[in-house]
Amino acid sequence: MKTTVFLGAAAVSALIAGAGFAAEGDTLAQVKARGELLCGVNPGLVGFASPDANGNWSGFDISFCKAVAAAVLGDASKVKYIPLTGQTRFTGLASGEVDLLARNSTWTFSRDTDLKLDFIGVNYYDGQGFMVPKSLGVSSAKELDGATICIQTGTTTELNLADYFKANNMTYQPVNIDSNSEGEQQYLAGACDAYTTDASGLAATRAAFANPGDHVILPEIISKEPLGPAVRHGDSNWADIARWTLYALIAAEEYGVTSANIEELAKSSQNPEVQRLLGTTDDLGKMIGLDKDWAKRAIAASGNYGEIFAATIGEQTPIGLARGLNAQWTQGGLMYAMPFR
Amino acid sequence: MSDANASPAYLRTEMLPSAAPPRRQEGLLGWLRENLFSGWLNSLLTVLSLVIIWSLIRHFWPWFAHSVWRANSLAECRQIITQTWGEGATGACFAVIRVRWHQYIFGFYPRAEYWRPILTLGLLFIALAPVLFSVNANIRRWVLAGGGLLCMVLLAVTASPDWTVVLVWALFAAALLLAEYAPMRLLMVTALYPVLAVWLLWGGSPWYPFMLLMGFAVGYGVSALVPRGVSALTGIAVTVLWWIFLAAPAASLATLILPLHLPVVQSSVFGGFLLSVVIGVSAIVLSLPLGILLALARQSNMFIIYSLAVVFIEFIRGVPLITLLFVALVLLKYFLPPQTHFDLILRVIIMVTLFAAAYMAEVIRGGLAALPKGQYEAADSLGLNYWQAQRLIILPQALKISIPGIVGTFIGVFKDTTLVGLINLYDPLKGISDVVRSEFTWKGIYWEPFIFTGAIFFVICFSMSRYSMYLERRLSREHR
Repeated sequence: MKTTVFLGAAAVSALIAGAGFAAEGDTLAQVKARGELLCGVNPGLVGFASPDANGNWSGFDISFCKAVAAAVLGDASKVKYIPLTGQTRFTGLASGEVDLLARNSTWTFSRDTDLKLDFIGVNYYDGQGFMVPKSLGVSSAKELDGATICIQTGTTTELNLADYFKANNMTYQPVNIDSNSEGEQQYLAGACDAYTTDASGLAATRAAFANPGDHVILPEIISKEPLGPAVRHGDSNWADIARWTLYALIAAEEYGVTSANIEELAKSSQNPEVQRLLGTTDDLGKMIGLDKDWAKRAIAASGNYGEIFAATIGEQTPIGLARGLNAQWTQGGLMYAMPFR
Repeated sequence: MSDANASPAYLRTEMLPSAAPPRRQEGLLGWLRENLFSGWLNSLLTVLSLVIIWSLIRHFWPWFAHSVWRANSLAECRQIITQTWGEGATGACFAVIRVRWHQYIFGFYPRAEYWRPILTLGLLFIALAPVLFSVNANIRRWVLAGGGLLCMVLLAVTASPDWTVVLVWALFAAALLLAEYAPMRLLMVTALYPVLAVWLLWGGSPWYPFMLLMGFAVGYGVSALVPRGVSALTGIAVTVLWWIFLAAPAASLATLILPLHLPVVQSSVFGGFLLSVVIGVSAIVLSLPLGILLALARQSNMFIIYSLAVVFIEFIRGVPLITLLFVALVLLKYFLPPQTHFDLILRVIIMVTLFAAAYMAEVIRGGLAALPKGQYEAADSLGLNYWQAQRLIILPQALKISIPGIVGTFIGVFKDTTLVGLINLYDPLKGISDVVRSEFTWKGIYWEPFIFTGAIFFVICFSMSRYSMYLERRLSREHR
């Protein structure tokens, strides 16, 4: 009896609090009505999403959330960051807990189709690598036959590892770990010969060691891990907004539009592509339910793709990731924004 | 035999003073002999234990002794350790606790509002003191003084505004005075505490939770007015009707008359021990009555009540807490209308309470089963009805027997609150540590946060365990 009364009271108060909701399926309208973007992020991953001592979030994925909020709501600070663990991220998006998932998630077939997500692009091309102590004297992953390897359970990395060793006719002894920090401890304590995870994670881990020089990251990248933001299936307009916000950031770098010169270029740029992007000539924003300046605001929020990369994970930061595959297509990378016209 | 009256050659008329025990059996030597070296096996085990303890200390002591408390990053810690203790020395970097301790305690709660959780904690002491220490005025005094002191320290280290310090001083002075002269009056604080705590922690207007609480009072009042036979049902019905139809308007009215308002704090910023204690205390307080009802229901002769209780208890006990938490996080969202805002912390509290209640019910059922049948029969023969018998005869004895089990469940529930880290809340053990490590300055830190949170958990759980032992001593009647 008591249980039902309590639950009843809770449900009633929830209904009262939730009165006046927007129509289901129209994420843009919901976000606008709420005045806040609910962005699902990693609870804490160096360089990608990290709250500081005052609870202010920063990082590579966070910058994308800010760009979308700036485009849609006109204010990059109107984001509520919802931390989502590896187990809850996709259900969190599917159940409507968040509007947008920017949580270093690999774009795979089954996630895109079976889990009913829409990946809207790739903001970081990652791949799985190995780190070994220099003293092991190994210079290639092909020499790891029979090695003990620290591997995080329940991730795509675990499957990639098995695939790779099978394909190369080698054996290995897995040491299962639960989290990145535990993996570092095990690896440093000598519980395994090699530690494997995404190359970006390896670089950050190695940089934080007491003696980074004692460890090497092997050259082989054994998997494709295209990390990208995702939205729910079924709301194509919202997916378009997220997708083109990402393209706007990438295109801005290509055309040399930065957070510093954006105001000036909006007024004086002679490049028609830049004029369209910044809303000086055509009104592209109207086609996705936004105003003229949407892309301008998105770029101004934390800078273009290159600026975001440099400020959060680039070579000037302690993590020190090189652009590599993530360079612009003009620089030999894979970052390629579709044309704005 | 020869002469019965003849006095013996020597007769001692007084007792000899007792001689000192042999040197080997007294003092330190005797104690050692008796406790550590009473046989060759024990001596061997003692030596072995000493060796193990010594090697542990030798292994870990340098790490503790080289602790660094003042640094701004792990790299700086390492540099300081190398400078002070030479190349290759290891040391703890407790500087991370120094810099980030507030997140371990309060999560992302806004810094300017830290006084609110602190005041809530202080009020918790005041609310619990008359309930937990209803008999011993001396202990009550110490608990209140200790709570006050703890609040003062916390206010000082969080640099809270001066007026909050004055407020807490006044509050505890009043509480101590009341505890001396009219301890039962303190129960008013206890009754109002849920409303006060919700208001202080989440902010907004206090009137809505207050009016929800008022529902109980209204229901009770009405049930006293109507005839006995239907009083309970009427009371419950009136309470529910009040909640559904009148609580909200009454709250708005009260807000118009007296607009108390604190800045609203979202549930999503709760974290660290604040979150653990909020979930733990709510679940503990709610699960005990619920557990008692379930235990009684399971003993009931009424088929439906009995079956429901058995199904509920066995279902909950057969499912891991993690599953229930995932249900709270994910599944409930599918069942509720879209865009419904059903607070995640509230969902978690409900689930943890149900979980704890099922275990509690079994613990209390053990107590009920331990009572001899004569006690039930004695209650019946006195002409007591069911509830009177339970309240006056059965439960006081059954609960007393169950105290160790009940407190064991409490401690378990409190420690289980760290599992909420798996459903996107920032628990102090893993969630906050991951946050701290996600900033590059502290990446690679591992043991220090565990030691810090472990120490706080130990203090809280150990206090609960000591309280249960105190309660057992106080309630032990048979050996008087």
